[in-house]
Order: sequence, then structure tokens, then C-alpha cells
Amino acid sequence: MSGSAVAARVEGITHRYGKVVALNDLTLEIPAGCMAGLIGPDGVGKSTLLALIAGVRKIQAGTVLALDGNMAEENHRRQSYARIAYMPQGLGRNLYPTLSVFDNIDFFGRLFGQGATERRARIAELLAATGLDPFADRPCGKLSGGMKQKASLCCSLMHDPDLLILDEPTTGVDPLSRRQFWELIDSIRARRPLMSVIVATAYMDEASRFDWLAAMDDGKVIAQGTPAEILKRANKSTLDDAFIALLPPEKRGQHQDVVVPPRVEEPDATPAIEADGLTRRFGNFVAVDHVSFRIGRGEIFGFLGSNGCGKTTTMKMMTGLLPVSEGSAKLFGKPMLADDAAARENVGYMSQAFSLYGELTVRQNLELHAHLYHLPEDQIAPRITELLERFDLKAEADAKPESLPLGIKQRLQLAVAVLHRPAMLILDEPTSGVDPVARDAFWRTLIDLSRNDGVTIFLSTHFMNEAERCDRISLMHQGRVLAVGTPKALAEARGCATLEDAFISYLEEAGGAADKKQQEPSVPAPVAAPPSTEGTQRHASWRFDPRRLWAYARRETMELLRDPIRLAFAFIGPLVLMLAMGYGITFDVENLKYAAFDQDQTPESRRLLESFSGSHYFSEQPPIRSEEELEQRMRSGELALVVEIPAGFGRDLTNLRPPEVAFWVDGAMPFRGETASGYVSGLLLRYVKDLAVERLGPNAVSSAYLGSINIENRFRYNPAFKSVFSMVPSVIVIMLVLIPAIMATIGIVREVETGSIANFRSTPITKMEFLLGKQFPYVVVGMLTFILLVIMARLVFGVPVKGSFGALAFGALLYVFATCGFGQFISTFTRTQVAAVFATTVLAVIPVVNFSGLLVPVSSLTGTGRLIGLLFPAAWFQPISVGVFTKGLGYSDMWLNALVLGLFALAYFVGAHLMLRKQES
Amino acid sequence: MSLTDQAKHEPTPPAAETPSRADHRGGALWWHLTNVYRLTIKELRSIRADPIMLALVAFSFTIAIYAAATGASTEATNLSVGIVDEDHSDLSRRIAASLTPPTFKPAVEISVGEIDPALDAQRFIYVIEIPPRFEQDVLAGREASVQINVDATAAAQAFNGMTYIQNIILNEVARFIAGREVGGSIPIKVVTRSKFNPNFKSSWFTSVMQIISNLTMITVMLSGAALIREREQGTVEHLLVMPVVPFEIMFAKVLANGIVVLVATGLSLVLVVEWWLNVPIAGSLPLFLAGACVYVFTVASLGIALGTVATTMAQFGLLSIPVLLVMMLLSGSTTPLESMPVWLQYLMRFISPTPHFVIFAQNVLYRGAGASIVWPQILPTAIIGALYFIFALRRFRRVIFAG
Repeated sequence: MSGSAVAARVEGITHRYGKVVALNDLTLEIPAGCMAGLIGPDGVGKSTLLALIAGVRKIQAGTVLALDGNMAEENHRRQSYARIAYMPQGLGRNLYPTLSVFDNIDFFGRLFGQGATERRARIAELLAATGLDPFADRPCGKLSGGMKQKASLCCSLMHDPDLLILDEPTTGVDPLSRRQFWELIDSIRARRPLMSVIVATAYMDEASRFDWLAAMDDGKVIAQGTPAEILKRANKSTLDDAFIALLPPEKRGQHQDVVVPPRVEEPDATPAIEADGLTRRFGNFVAVDHVSFRIGRGEIFGFLGSNGCGKTTTMKMMTGLLPVSEGSAKLFGKPMLADDAAARENVGYMSQAFSLYGELTVRQNLELHAHLYHLPEDQIAPRITELLERFDLKAEADAKPESLPLGIKQRLQLAVAVLHRPAMLILDEPTSGVDPVARDAFWRTLIDLSRNDGVTIFLSTHFMNEAERCDRISLMHQGRVLAVGTPKALAEARGCATLEDAFISYLEEAGGAADKKQQEPSVPAPVAAPPSTEGTQRHASWRFDPRRLWAYARRETMELLRDPIRLAFAFIGPLVLMLAMGYGITFDVENLKYAAFDQDQTPESRRLLESFSGSHYFSEQPPIRSEEELEQRMRSGELALVVEIPAGFGRDLTNLRPPEVAFWVDGAMPFRGETASGYVSGLLLRYVKDLAVERLGPNAVSSAYLGSINIENRFRYNPAFKSVFSMVPSVIVIMLVLIPAIMATIGIVREVETGSIANFRSTPITKMEFLLGKQFPYVVVGMLTFILLVIMARLVFGVPVKGSFGALAFGALLYVFATCGFGQFISTFTRTQVAAVFATTVLAVIPVVNFSGLLVPVSSLTGTGRLIGLLFPAAWFQPISVGVFTKGLGYSDMWLNALVLGLFALAYFVGAHLMLRKQES
Repeated sequence: MSLTDQAKHEPTPPAAETPSRADHRGGALWWHLTNVYRLTIKELRSIRADPIMLALVAFSFTIAIYAAATGASTEATNLSVGIVDEDHSDLSRRIAASLTPPTFKPAVEISVGEIDPALDAQRFIYVIEIPPRFEQDVLAGREASVQINVDATAAAQAFNGMTYIQNIILNEVARFIAGREVGGSIPIKVVTRSKFNPNFKSSWFTSVMQIISNLTMITVMLSGAALIREREQGTVEHLLVMPVVPFEIMFAKVLANGIVVLVATGLSLVLVVEWWLNVPIAGSLPLFLAGACVYVFTVASLGIALGTVATTMAQFGLLSIPVLLVMMLLSGSTTPLESMPVWLQYLMRFISPTPHFVIFAQNVLYRGAGASIVWPQILPTAIIGALYFIFALRRFRRVIFAG
């Protein structure tokens, strides 16, 4: 330890998630300038403590002091963001998978306001130090787990933090990469000795190399000091044992050492698994390359290898999840086929990531699987009780897994895997991220299943002590099996003392130039001192900084460009919709089907009917012969109009006795019915006039009486009276709300779901910069869509912009800002992408279709509908779009609507700003 | 873990005891059905666990229906009219006074110079211009003319309202003359009766059509989201290692989401449409719901098909919006299908179940048609549904197994 300085001090910290207490009145002082470690089982509050110190989580009760200031004070927190680096739990959780390594690191440089030269120099240095320079252009999502963690570390170190906080940085990373990772940290610390590092870890062998440790259990610290002090206190030789010894007696009592009884081989049994030349290709990439192995019945067979070496792919092929490209796999002597449901009943599978239903309770998950495996009804309840007991899940039986710590979730997964008593278990890294006590308990179950029940177990792991417990292990690298044998034999074959050394030696031998390169930085690289950034980042302020805004805008844009499908949907959707609606939505009612029910059949009645058959508004159908037929054909919706002429019509007409004619209009669709009645009265007017002129001669009075008033209709803005002139501008209104809103809402919720929102929480970016930066690409997409649609309106539909294009574009810009803001606002109260898209769609489609002037002018809306319409920006942009397109309007006519749109944009922005929390609560 | 006492556990029976499909008492069909049943329960539990989704479903089938039915009427009501009266005569005042609610808002008198700005700002849909000496001309039997300026961009109402205004002017003029002179008798008597909706009340129409639109939207979003959620959480992969086949997984999703939407639809018809909005339902509700089952199956299959095409929720949202809007707007539920170009009518009837279902719903609910009349609409809906389902199942298999 260097000096007595303190990196962080917490006093009386209590933190709850609902009813669960994560931290319970914790007081702790973490020394500065050294490697300080937090150890303890899952769910004891390590991550919470780190998040509180980093300032990314809101303090509930107690005081947190970090870097000599109170983290509850906003001022101090803001200054600290520039001095603290926080790497959240999970492989590359704060990286953007589609961006390259370089772009990811560059993004962090920009966030801390570094200039172009400085960034380049620092990135080059960091990449060289981590051995990532050959992969600078590779997307982070395609890196192996170890490389992801290194890239993530580069991002954290970009601004020379004074306090580096790492939350389980090596969980799920293979031994070689893990070793390299710590060597890298050592070399960086050698160069910057004043930097404090706080690490949470589940690996005790790592913890034993730290300068200072705090062992935690149940939200409290049970021991602290140097590793030597802790060993001395517990009077044990290894940290694993010491930790268990330090636990309170009631917990310690559950622990037992794992003893593996020797396996009795059945010599002539068919192997449980027999893989022969198993190969799987994804395009050009060979994930698994002619792998062959046999696993005997009841054997525990371990798969070891670096991340991404093909372990998971092999296991998926064994379960039938992935078809085999070449070679064969047999389970109990029978070939495994991809779609063979019966064969699966013999296998219990546990995938690497938690893959049960987070929204169902533990018990409901077990019930579901019991039923799907068709356990006899009367056995289900006892079996579930037995499993809850056996896997220590009774207390959590009615909790939802999404709120449980990883270790408990893994126990549930195993319980589900063994539920139907399969003869074989295929477990993909079942203990990754699980603490030592739980891991040992897990292993005792496995050994019990193997030795007592004869279950064959095929698992993959990164833990060497687990590998040593396997009957045989296989080392994999880049899709090939390097060696198979008992752990002891493999270590002896390489002449190594431990399996870990043997493993690393195998890997180093097999690894090509790329891996060699990663090895180099184990010797601290003699790089020049990094350029000073005192001026730029130390006083990174909360004042608006366009560089940070641009960092987010630029990154969001790059991500969008890397997702061509999303981009294509964003542009193709509006074009398709404009075609469909431009042609399809029309209020020009024509070709109404009508039929005559002519009970008169005289020249007079036929003359009346002729005025209908001659009109293009109506299309004649076979005549009606009876009342029943009339009823029937109207009921089926076939006829929109029936003209019923009574018997004696011709006679009455000739005798100047006004005959009665009945028109039956189908009113089911009121708009069509109303239009049809309008047409009828128009046609009749002409018919009657002709009749009168014929009868009385062109007499002035009678013609006035019969309507010689000349009514002149001027169809303004749309002389041909075609719907397309109002539909085309309206499509623009619809599309500019839906597409930008969906994209903007997803932009934020996705970060929350993938975890990269941690970068917003732990860096100096302000809420305003964040929101505006993330709006930027979608505003651009919206405006490009707008231009495309305007061009299409002109070229395809012949609907030109009559008024000022500038005014239209200006209105569209304000409108798109408002709709993006709407999307962002929605994202602040939805937690999942599913809910966000659902909410945005439902909340936007209903008002935009019904209450924005598309079908009914806003001036005719009433009641709730009018209110909903006016409270949504579409109703205010519709007059701009329709007005400029068809009425030739300009800026001066639009200022009020533009002003309201601007207010909408502002209101949504303010709403999102208020709802968005810089700290997680 | 409570494994302290290993002796406590009697050895687990060998795997052979697990029942297998072949020897199951009910046979393979029973096996599939129970799987579908269990998976459906699971889906229903997942839906229940998401309060935001449930709130949105409730909103879509209640307030949204009510607001659309009462607020947005395509019937000519509340039309805003401006009048430029340069005659200031008895006749011109009569014309202005006869523009009465509910069809018209009281006419507002404006000056000639205000016509263009008022129409530009969408203050009025119509401006009637009555020229000087209009009454005199009429009485003298001279040709008199009135001008009606129509904002022809107010698509849904412009034409019908104009017909009304024309009739009103003609009637007023006729009555004005008839009051002074003895005219000839009317040559024919016309009785226009509107069947199924005597007063052309658009709330009758809009409420039910809005239910169909929202039903379409919610079903597609729910079923697509149910699939994407499984894909994003990796749970589909887990289901596929179990002795269930893709068909069961998919069918359970269709079923569970279908049940939720059908219940919401039924409740909405009874509570919102019949009770709250007082819209009479002429036909049989059970028949309608039976048809709705077929339709919901079709639309849910479409949702799943879209969910297999998109890989993320972002893509799904961007993909489903245009699809949904085209289905909703070009179905005959907003504008008459026969007004569309013929090729588009055929195309829509071929690719989308919605036009068929809209006719079905109108026939059953408004026109009171029975099963013998509406089967021609159900058949194509079912065929399109089967095609969607097969397509979705094929994609589902391929996308999930390609890993």
C-alpha cells in the first residue's frame, strides 16, 4: 500500500432493491494507490457498492466519499466523472458491438473532449499495450471474450483515470486471456502508480495477488486487509478456504469439500457420445473443424478452451440445435438429428446465457418444463418440491428469475436441466459468474448425478479447479481439439506442475502470430508518457460541450450505418406506404354497384334507370326480381344502391300524378352511403329538369323553380377534386412521425438493455448532450425521408410543391425534432425494447391516423378526438404539409403552426430531460 | 445447496422411465395438444407480466375506440362555412340561416378579401359567395349564380358537404319563389331510405372499424414481439432442445395472443360499442367472434412471420409499421374498397386478409347477415392465414436453426 490516502470511503450505506437488501449499513474504507479487491458470493452487493462509488447509482442511505468528495453532491460527482473510469460487469457490456475497436475507444476519447491528435496518440499507445492493434478495425461484437474485456479496458483508460473501477472484469474469460489482462493492468499501474484500482472478482487466485481485500457477505464486510492478513486471521493457506472459514457458521455449515469418487468404467457399453469428424461452418468461417471424441456413460467430460474456440457450437450440435455441416454425432449409439424431438428427452441442456423465462416465477419455470417433458401428473408436484429442496431454491420459489443473482439463476437452470432425469447433461459454462461456495455445491450435485445416477455430464468451463475434477478433459482451440485425456495425464505430458500451466502451454503452442502478439505486452511497453490532458479533461465541466454531443451523435450515426437492414427499412417503408396510400386511399367514390327493382317495366321507368346506367358513378348489376332478393343482396353487401320503381310508375307519370320512387342506400359505410345519396339527388335533379323542359317548354319561372340557379362550384387547391392531392402530403405527415419516433425510442432503450447506458452514467456527458446527440442521426434520416417523399410526390403522383419549399422543409425539420423527442420521451418510461416499440406504435398510430386531418379535417373533430389530435404534433404539421403542397403557402402563413411544433419539440425534450436519470435509481 | 446429506437422495430412477411420445396413452396428437396447451399457459403468463403492454391493449380497445367513434366523423357534420353576402337580402339571409347544426357550424359572415386567407388557414371548408342583386335576379327569372368555394383538400367531407349546400340553396330558392308564386307540381316523389344505418351516423361505422384496425395492430405487435423477445433472450433456443417441435411453439403464441385479443375485442364490442356508444349491433356476436378467430389466427401468423424476418425489435418496429398501415388503411375500413384502382383491389384481396374481414364484419354486425351469406369472406381469410402460417413456420425453423 502506498501511503494512507483513501480512494473511497463509505459510511452507513444501505441499499435495497424492492424488499431485497443488497447493502446493509456498510462502512468501509478503500485505500488509494493500490489494487483493492472485493470478494464474496453472488448477490452480496459487490456490484452495488462499486456502482455507488462510481456515481452511476443513486445513493439511498448513507454517505459515499470518493476522490475526496461527497458523491451525493452533484457538483463533486460531475467533476469526478472525468477522473473515474467504470467498467460494468459482463463481457464488453459497455462496448458497441457493431463499431470497431478503434471507433469504440475513439468515442470515449471524444467524450472526454480530447483533440484528434491526442486521441490518435493515445489509441495507438493503448492498442499497442493491449496487443489489440492488429484488430483495430474488427467490430467489437466479433471479438473473443478476453479481447472484449481488453478493448473495454482501453476505453476506460482513455482519459487517464485516477480511480479505475472494474466489476468482475475476468468472469467468463479463459485462463490465458485472464493472465494477459492482469499483466496489462500491472504494466499500466507501473506507469501510473498513483492510480487506484478497485476490482470485484469471483476468482480467488486473482484476489490473492491484490494489495488489499474486503470479503463481503450478505451486504456486510466480514474481513478486510492484505491477503496475508486475511489468511492469517482465518488460519488457512488458500484464500478459497479462508473465505469459507470467515463466513458465519450457519453458512459455513453447508459447505463441504468436493470429493470426486473414482469412476467405475463399464467396459463394453456403447459410448454416451461419439463425435466423429464433427464440423460446422458459418459461411467461410469454420467454427468447429473435424472434432472427434468419445464420452463414456457416467463420465464427467470437460471442455476447455479460449473464448470463441468452438465449444458452444460443438455442444449445440450435440443437442441438435445446430445442424452438422460434416461428420457425425451419435448419442447412445444413435445418430443425432437436428429435428429429433425424441432424442432430446435423453438430454438436459444448459446454455451459457440464462435462457429460462425471466417473467415466470422459479416454480412456474419448473412446472412448464415438467409438463413439456410429460412427467406423469402425480409425480410433478413431488418432483418440483424435491428439486427446490435439492438446489436450495425454496426461498426463491415464487420470485421471478429476472430479479435474482446469477448464481441462483444458474442453479435454477441446472434444476430444469435435470428435471426429467435425463441420461446426459450438456452444460455450457454452467458456473461462469458463480461464486466459489455455490460452485462447490453445484459440483457436488454433478458428482452425485454422475456417480450415483450414472448420468453422463459434458460441460465446458474456464475454472481450472473444476477442470481437475473432470474424469477427462479436452482442450480446444480455434475449432480443433488439441488434446484429450485425464487432467493429470495432460499436465504430465507437458511437464507442467498445474493444469493451468499445461493449458496455457498448449494454447501458446497452437496459437499463431496473433496470439504471440498478445503475449508481448507482458513486458511493460516502454512507451512515452502520454500527452498531458490536464487542461482538457480535468475540469470537464457540466457546461454544454458540443464535442461530447458530437461524440454521441457520431457514434449513433455509425451504429445506424452499420445496420443496413434497419436503415433500409427506414427508407423503404415510407416509399411503399406512399405508393400504397397515394393510389389506394381515395374518397372519390365511383363504380357504386346498384341494381334496379323495376316493377313497372315501362318506357318511362326504363328512362329513369338510364340516367343511372349512363353515369360513371354507378355500375349496373343484374336486376332484382323480388323483395326477398332485394333484402338478401343488400345484406351480403353486394349492392350499394337499389332503385325500386313501383308498378304504375309510367301511368302515373303520364297522368301527371307524381309517382313514388324508392332509393335504398346501403348505410353500413356512412361515408359511401352519403355520397351515394348525393349522387342520386344530382342525377334526379337533371332527370326532373329534362322532364319539365320537355313537358312545359323552357319557361323561365318553372326553370327557376326547378333549379336553374347556377351554382358554381370552385374546387380550390385541387381542381380535379382528386384525393391524391391531399393523401400524398398526408403520407409525409404520417411517416415523419412514425419512423423517427421508433428509431429514437429504440436508440435509448437499446442502450439500457445492452448495458452501454453505463457510459452515459459514468462519463461527463450531460443529459442534454446525450438526448440531442442521440436525436441527431434520426433527425437526418427523417429529413432524408422527407426529401425522398417530396421527390416521389412530384415524379410518381404529379403532386408538386406549389408553395415555398423552404417553409415546408423548415416545418418538417421542427416536426421531426418533435417526433424524435416524442420517441425519446416514450423511451424514458419503458424498460424493454419490446415495450418501447409497442408503446410508440400504439400511441402514435392511433392519433396520427384518426385525429390529424388525414381522414377528417381537424376543424371538424370534436370532443376527446379533437383533444387527442391537438395534443399531438401531427395535427399541426398536417396544415403545413397540405397547405404548402396544394395551396401554395409560404412562411408567413405557417408561423403559428411552426411555433406550436417548436413548442412540442421543446416540451418533449424537457419531458425526456426530466424523466431521464443520470444515475440509476 | 442442501447437499449435505447425500444418503438422503435415493438413486434417481433411470431415464428409460420417462414417458416417450410413442408409448404415451393418447398418442402423438394428444402429446402435441398438451404441449401446445402448456406453452399457451406460459405465453399468457408472459403477457400478464408486462403491465405496459396490458395498459396499451386496454387503451386501444376502450378510449381509442371511443375517441375515434365520437371525435372523427367522416359523415358531413360540423362543417365550417363562411359566407360572403353581398346581397343582404331576405333570400341571402335565409340561405345563411338554413345552414344548421349538426351538419353545419353556424355560418360566419366574412368579406371578399378574407376568402383566400381563411381557406388557406383551414378556417372554413366552404365559402359561399352570394353576389349583389341575387334576390332581384331570382325574382325576375334572370339567371342568378351563387359560388361555392370548396377546400378540395378536405378529402372525406368536401364532396358530401357540397351536395348538402347545393340542395339547401336550391330548396331555399324554391321555397322563396313558391311563397310568392304558384308553381307547377313536383313530377315525382322521391323516397331515399338508408338501410342498416338510417342517419348515416359515422360512429356506428367508425367504432367497429376502429376495433378491427386496433385488433390488427395489437395482434401483429403482440405476436411478433413474443417471438422477438424469445429470440433476444435466447429462450427459444432452450425450448428447441426440449421435446417440443417448432409448430407447437408457434401455434401456442398464435393461440395465446389470439385469446387475449379476442377477449379484448368481445368486451370492447359489448361494453364500448353497444353500451358506451349506444351503437346497435344488428347481427350475431358469436358469429362475429367465430370469424374473428380465423382472422386473428391469420394476423398473428403474419406477426410471427414479420418477427422472423426482423432480427431485432428496432427492425421489427420499422418493418411492421408500413405493413400495418397498408393493411389498415387499404382494407375498406376507412375508404370504400371499390374506389381503389382495380389492380390494387385485387392485390389487397390477395395478400391481406383485412379486406375480407372488413366485409365480413360489416355484413354480420350491420347488415345482420348469417353464416350462409358470409362464408365467402371467411374462406379466403382462412386460406391466407394458412399460407402466412406455413411461411412463418418455415422461416421460424430456418432462422432459429441457422443459429
